[in-house]
Amino acid sequence: MKMAKENNVKLHGMWASPYVKRVEIALKIKGIPYEFVEEDLVNKSQLLLQYNPVHKKVPVLIHNGKPICESLVILEYIDETWKNGPPLLPQDPYKRAKVRFWTSFVEKELFENLLLVARSEGEAQEKAIKVVFEKLQLLEEGLKDLFQGETYHIDGETMGILDIVLCSLFGAHEAQEEVLGVKFIDPEKFPLVCSWVTALTEVTAVKELRPPHEKLVAVLQFIRQRALQASAA
Amino acid sequence: MEEVKLIGTWPSPFSYRVIWALKLKGIPYEYIEEDLSNKSPMLLQYNPLHKKIPVLVHGGKPICESAVILQYIEDVWPQNPLLPNDPHERAVARFWVQFADNKVPCIWRLFRTTEGDEQEEAKKESMEMLRALEEHGLRDKKFFGGDKIGIADIAFGQVAHWLEMIEDLVGVKLIEAHTFPHLHAWTKNFKQVPIIKENLPEYGEMLVYFKRARYNFLATRGLGI
Repeated sequence: MKMAKENNVKLHGMWASPYVKRVEIALKIKGIPYEFVEEDLVNKSQLLLQYNPVHKKVPVLIHNGKPICESLVILEYIDETWKNGPPLLPQDPYKRAKVRFWTSFVEKELFENLLLVARSEGEAQEKAIKVVFEKLQLLEEGLKDLFQGETYHIDGETMGILDIVLCSLFGAHEAQEEVLGVKFIDPEKFPLVCSWVTALTEVTAVKELRPPHEKLVAVLQFIRQRALQASAA
Repeated sequence: MEEVKLIGTWPSPFSYRVIWALKLKGIPYEYIEEDLSNKSPMLLQYNPLHKKIPVLVHGGKPICESAVILQYIEDVWPQNPLLPNDPHERAVARFWVQFADNKVPCIWRLFRTTEGDEQEEAKKESMEMLRALEEHGLRDKKFFGGDKIGIADIAFGQVAHWLEMIEDLVGVKLIEAHTFPHLHAWTKNFKQVPIIKENLPEYGEMLVYFKRARYNFLATRGLGI
């Protein structure tokens, strides 16, 4: 009976959430079996509110009954707890710091601004698009330092935390292009970012977890319409 | 041991996060005061992306972003750990560090307001943030880290010392013993910890500094005090 409880992993999430996708990718890469509990974010379950009283958001990982909230915190938890699978962070403290620094950059500067592009139109959207391009340029330059001239090898099977976060943002770039009419992952403007994102979308775990293109387009259109209606009201 | 330098500014709470971590672990370092109105070539070289402090330089290699620096210090110097051993408790501590970075800035939005809707909004946000700390973060523990201070306590240092200054300058009282009993006690207990007590900007000097900063900021917006 104790065996059955020993590594009980549940993930409360929502199929279209990029934050949830991060955790799913990490669990798959580490080979951790888990139960996915789909949450209706309009009608949140009592369990979710109990497990994440502060933010009331997904993802929440429940490991042997104990909740862990916030996707980046969950990724570090997974890496520390399941040491058998491939590591999500480098061993060297300085390299770890670089990964955490750039992850923070992608999270705070790219994610936020891309959301703004999706939720706005006209002049406000033009401004937000310009900011995303600026941030992508900074990332492109940062990658030269991060990779230090070494070819960054994605072997098709493993990913680290920064890979996972970038993929959760731009893995659906084709759907984003279709709905927003802007090409962010442009091989001419951002060759390093583009080749990196392309390599990430080919990783087995990512391919297996990617929702169909039409569904991604539909959900992005829904988010956009809802946001535009709310701001017009 | 390779040389450790900290580039910071008095009285930035983010500088102090790093000072506290270094001192708690007994790591010798050279402190370099940066003039943010006239940024040094060194800062621009070490933090070209954000051009901000604090920056930790270890053996000539820069680490930026205070939350990243705290983790780095913990990774390199494991003595007097800032994080607990248990993985779940570590995740809880990291959750609160992230909360500190994402939610505590509302007190600085409050700092930049005068009476009106914006101030009411910032006050409301700040109260909600403090309520989350009281009810879910601290609960009935002495420190966020339990019996001793940990990484989350360090991350919330702003709430212990700088918030009082903001309350004084803006003319609002957010943390009171009867509204936030545990948090109120924590602000006192945190500042009694010897390393913290010995490494805090002097309150009067800090008040003068931020009063001027607030005045200048409001003046640029055409608002008087």
